Amino acid sequence: MIQVSHLTKMYGSRPAIDDLSFEIQKGEIVGFLGPNGAGKTTTMKILTCFMPATSGTAVLEGFDVFENPIEVKRKIGYLPEIPPVYSEMRVKDYIEYAALLHEVPKSKLKQAVNSAIEKVSIGDVQNRLIGNLSKGYRQRVGLAQALVHNPEILILDEPTIGLDPKQIIEIRELIKTLGGTHTIILSSHILPEVTATCQRIIVINKGRIVGEDTLEGLSARMKKGLLYSMIVKNPSQDGLAALKQLPGIKTVSHTGSKIVIELQHGTQDMRDKIVETAVKKGMGVLEFSSEKISLEEVFLQLTTEESTIGNGSAKTSIPNLDVAAHL
Amino acid sequence: MTKISTIAYRDLKSYFTSPIAYIIIAVFLAVMGWMFFNILFYFNQESMRMQQYSPKGISLTDGVLRPLFGNMNVILIFLTPFITMRLFAEEKKLHTIELLLTSPVKLYEIVLGKFISSFLFVTLMLALTLTYPIILFATGNPDLGPIITCYTGTLLLSACYLSVGLVFTAMTENQIVAGALTFVALIFFFIINWVSHFAGNVWGEVFTYLSLIGHFQNLSQGIFNSVDILYYLSFIVVSLFLSHRVIDSYRWR
Ligand SMILES: Nc1ncnc2c1ncn2[C@@H]1O[C@H](COP(=O)(O)OP(=O)(O)OP(=O)(O)O)[C@@H](O)[C@H]1O
Ligand SMILES: [Mg+2]
Repeated sequence: MIQVSHLTKMYGSRPAIDDLSFEIQKGEIVGFLGPNGAGKTTTMKILTCFMPATSGTAVLEGFDVFENPIEVKRKIGYLPEIPPVYSEMRVKDYIEYAALLHEVPKSKLKQAVNSAIEKVSIGDVQNRLIGNLSKGYRQRVGLAQALVHNPEILILDEPTIGLDPKQIIEIRELIKTLGGTHTIILSSHILPEVTATCQRIIVINKGRIVGEDTLEGLSARMKKGLLYSMIVKNPSQDGLAALKQLPGIKTVSHTGSKIVIELQHGTQDMRDKIVETAVKKGMGVLEFSSEKISLEEVFLQLTTEESTIGNGSAKTSIPNLDVAAHL
Repeated sequence: MTKISTIAYRDLKSYFTSPIAYIIIAVFLAVMGWMFFNILFYFNQESMRMQQYSPKGISLTDGVLRPLFGNMNVILIFLTPFITMRLFAEEKKLHTIELLLTSPVKLYEIVLGKFISSFLFVTLMLALTLTYPIILFATGNPDLGPIITCYTGTLLLSACYLSVGLVFTAMTENQIVAGALTFVALIFFFIINWVSHFAGNVWGEVFTYLSLIGHFQNLSQGIFNSVDILYYLSFIVVSLFLSHRVIDSYRWR
């Protein structure tokens, strides 16, 4: 359970994060999604007590990061953006070191280390110097370090960056199996990354939350978003009304000669009917294109138009995309 | 306690994975060895000459031990910055400090762990010079007392040097800067003794009191004076506290 309220961090006079509030339930897997510089790492550094916030509170498992940092640190495993590994150490020694720092009892040390090594499949390099490992392996060693003491909360800053596709899938599976028993926050600026693992997504941009939804909510938004756009010679009220009458059409809007048609959820291909109707009404179709709004576009929309889309409206508004005209 | 030793052990081990540790030890032993045999040679000549005037001659303590440890304490000023410079600077630069600062470890445990690792390293270096007293025992008849106080004093003095080094390595992520600043600070505490010769009575005494080397005088003669020991211990405590503050404020940036 993580409760964050009105968290703000200033660097000089510039806020890195600005009045963040959210809650994460026990066992949830939540993704922090946002472009570079959005404030994901900053938020995580505050949650892990690495640095204090300028104002606001964060409470993890009932302990405030400011008042009880040691208690909070006992409950978390943290994979920073840059894996905190010592290049002169051997993989196994390093994970053992991390385990000892996190109070794994001596009697369980060996087992904890081996199980962490196994989870991120680095058994084949466990006796090598970390400095000689590839970036992906180093990332995995960092992940093992975060897991070794079996923490209640896992905070993972871009956990799959630098991994090969096979490893990405394995780590995603690992994260999913850890969910339920562990509360997990992971950050990414890649959408498929979070949709593949997370149940809930918090989109942040320029230090503010611009959207927050479950995976279902986001996919629903995607399905709703089947759009056609059409450029016509003579737009007429009559023609627009006729289009609206067609079965399965949800909305028809136009700006000048451009008409955007949104289909109802689950509607089949309507292109022929639409063009036929438009031609019949004498509007003179010049260009026609269909575009599915992908999650990326929802994301882009959320993070580029933060001025128009607030916290609440983001859940309901459908981005009105300026669909490039191509047939 | 266990976490302090976990950190100290890791840092101590990591010294020996880089060539710099071996270079420091080699330079130290080479310079000390060269000095030891020079002092011994000079002492031989002097004591033969002195025997003409007094039957006892000059003692091994005055003729060998004091100049030997006097030189050792100066050489350590040059070498200890190399021992401490990486302790925090490298952790910051490579971001491994994020592991330490997000583990359930208190800040003082981290500082103490680092301090102890560097102290153990110096202790090992000094242990390697035990060959010199052994040679003295084999060839002559030195007093054990001054040997013990000289080593105790040098260990305390080194601990002071190291604690200063810790403050500066906590300040920056650049090892070279940390080392250079440590060296300058140590030279300052060394030179303050010379200034006292020119300064007036009261200031002279204050400067002598502050001087790190000044407190070695008694110890080099085999005298344990609680004032000196207390001075060294408080110097170490204050420096360690300062490093603690510096690392803490680093988190607030
Ligand atoms: N030490 C610092 N001093 C000043 N500004 C900083 C510092 N660290 C981060 N910032 C600023 O805070 C903002 C948020 O940075 P943060 O690292 O949290 O972003 P992020 O979401 O993790 O981005 P990325 O996807 O690139 O990792 C950025 O604008 C960054 O420039
Ligand atoms: Mg980041």
